[in-house]
Amino acid sequence: MQFMLLIYSKEGSGPQPGTDEFGPFIGAYMGFTQKMKDEGKLISGEGLQPVATATTLSIRDGKTETVDGPFAETKEQLGGYYLLDVADLDEALKCAAEIPTVSYGRIEIRPIAVYD
Amino acid sequence: MPSQSPEDAQITRLIREDWGRLLSTLTDFGGDLALAEDCLQDAVVAALQAWPTTGLPDAPDAWLITTARRKAIDRLRRARTQADKAGAVALWHWQHAPEAEELQTLPDKRLELIFTCCHPALDEKSRVALTLRSVGGLTTAEIAAAFLDKKETMGIRLTRAKKKIAAAGIRFRLPDPEDLPDRVDGVLKVLYLIFNEGHRGSSDQLMRTDLAEEAIRLGRILTTCLPDHLEAKGLLALMLLTDARRLTRKGPGGAFTPLEQQARARWDRGKIHQGKALVEQVLKAGPPGVYALQAAISALHAEAPDFASTDWTQIVALYDLLWKLQPNPVVLVNCAVAQSYATNPSTALKQLEATGAGQHLQTYQPYHACRADLLARQGRLEEAIIAYDRAIALTEAPEEVAFLKARKALCAFVE
Repeated sequence: MQFMLLIYSKEGSGPQPGTDEFGPFIGAYMGFTQKMKDEGKLISGEGLQPVATATTLSIRDGKTETVDGPFAETKEQLGGYYLLDVADLDEALKCAAEIPTVSYGRIEIRPIAVYD
Repeated sequence: MPSQSPEDAQITRLIREDWGRLLSTLTDFGGDLALAEDCLQDAVVAALQAWPTTGLPDAPDAWLITTARRKAIDRLRRARTQADKAGAVALWHWQHAPEAEELQTLPDKRLELIFTCCHPALDEKSRVALTLRSVGGLTTAEIAAAFLDKKETMGIRLTRAKKKIAAAGIRFRLPDPEDLPDRVDGVLKVLYLIFNEGHRGSSDQLMRTDLAEEAIRLGRILTTCLPDHLEAKGLLALMLLTDARRLTRKGPGGAFTPLEQQARARWDRGKIHQGKALVEQVLKAGPPGVYALQAAISALHAEAPDFASTDWTQIVALYDLLWKLQPNPVVLVNCAVAQSYATNPSTALKQLEATGAGQHLQTYQPYHACRADLLARQGRLEEAIIAYDRAIALTEAPEEVAFLKARKALCAFVE
């Protein structure tokens, strides 16, 4: 069963580049990604550029609107994701608990819709 | 609800007693709780039609399982118009499920069912409702009545919860060993919520399903499934011992009756006996958890022939242990009450104020009610009256307001 683990956090809440904590934090992410790969669970996973780089598009009645910024102005923003293949929600929750940002932000777990 | 014939009532009772086990067995066949429930419901309808004329079958369980399974296969065949893969897999599982004749040897899957219903990914009220429906066999209407909800609203809540279980990937299985302690705690919390909801209801609400009894029944199921779990036993003991005193907590007209004035002769000795036996087992087996400690305190109250001869020193010691595990205002206030009888009100008040200094108690009603009582018993009546006023301002239940006002009036009179 495939699950999307969406990583939300307040930008600037975790360890920042240039601090002593940053190295181990990035190391923990690399370790987690490698572990998921080794266990055959990783389908993909990426980090996103900050919301300052976001552009939001919509088309209504044929009219295109392009807006600078994210879809929703919230404190916690989507910062990255993992797409995993695991047995069930319990296993997905366990993986999510190992994502380093879980201690600073929140991980939303959503099953992938299956159309068959 | 239309009144049932005695035969129907007997069948309904039998089905409710067995509901959780039947449903868990069926859910285990196909992994789909919603489908299992629908088919079991179909089988029950068939039973209510057939049994009054044919008489009870030799093995009603096997009859229901066989019928429900046939209904499931029918439903899946009918639904497979789009011939989806998941449907085909489900059908295969139902077709290859063990025969009902093997039912006696089928493992009890109620524990899997309990963990599924109490999964932390469901919201709390849904966990409570789903546990009552699936494990306890209550109808949606009964659960709705118990929570003073509309039947439709409760129906939607239950349907949503079952949909989430299926779609979110909550599998019908036992938690991994490393998750077990947390998950059992979650189950115990759900049972205790059901129990407390039952005790909130006033006795004149006859329509209200007896949730306290249901919680105790669920507690018995859980201790059967988890015989070595001490806190599961502790909770069952706590519920039995608390419930034993239920009838005496409210006086005529629903007036609140404190422990001191309760008619001990009317306490349910059967429940007290069962509760005490469980407490003794748990205390012998290892360090007690929060439920076992509260049960032990309740047992000491229950075995005291009258209020004055209560073993308050022992109760204070148990509250101290409880405070270490669970430092919250409830424990703080109850400990102060016990201390006031073990030693004196002045020592208890000092302790209450010293320990309570770091807690946010200004809006906590029992803190002020307790302070008022401790002050009054020392003869500090003016301060007591002020504390009673604080407590009254924070009280909602009319019977408790009446009780506090009477106490305050007594202070004013003596003064």
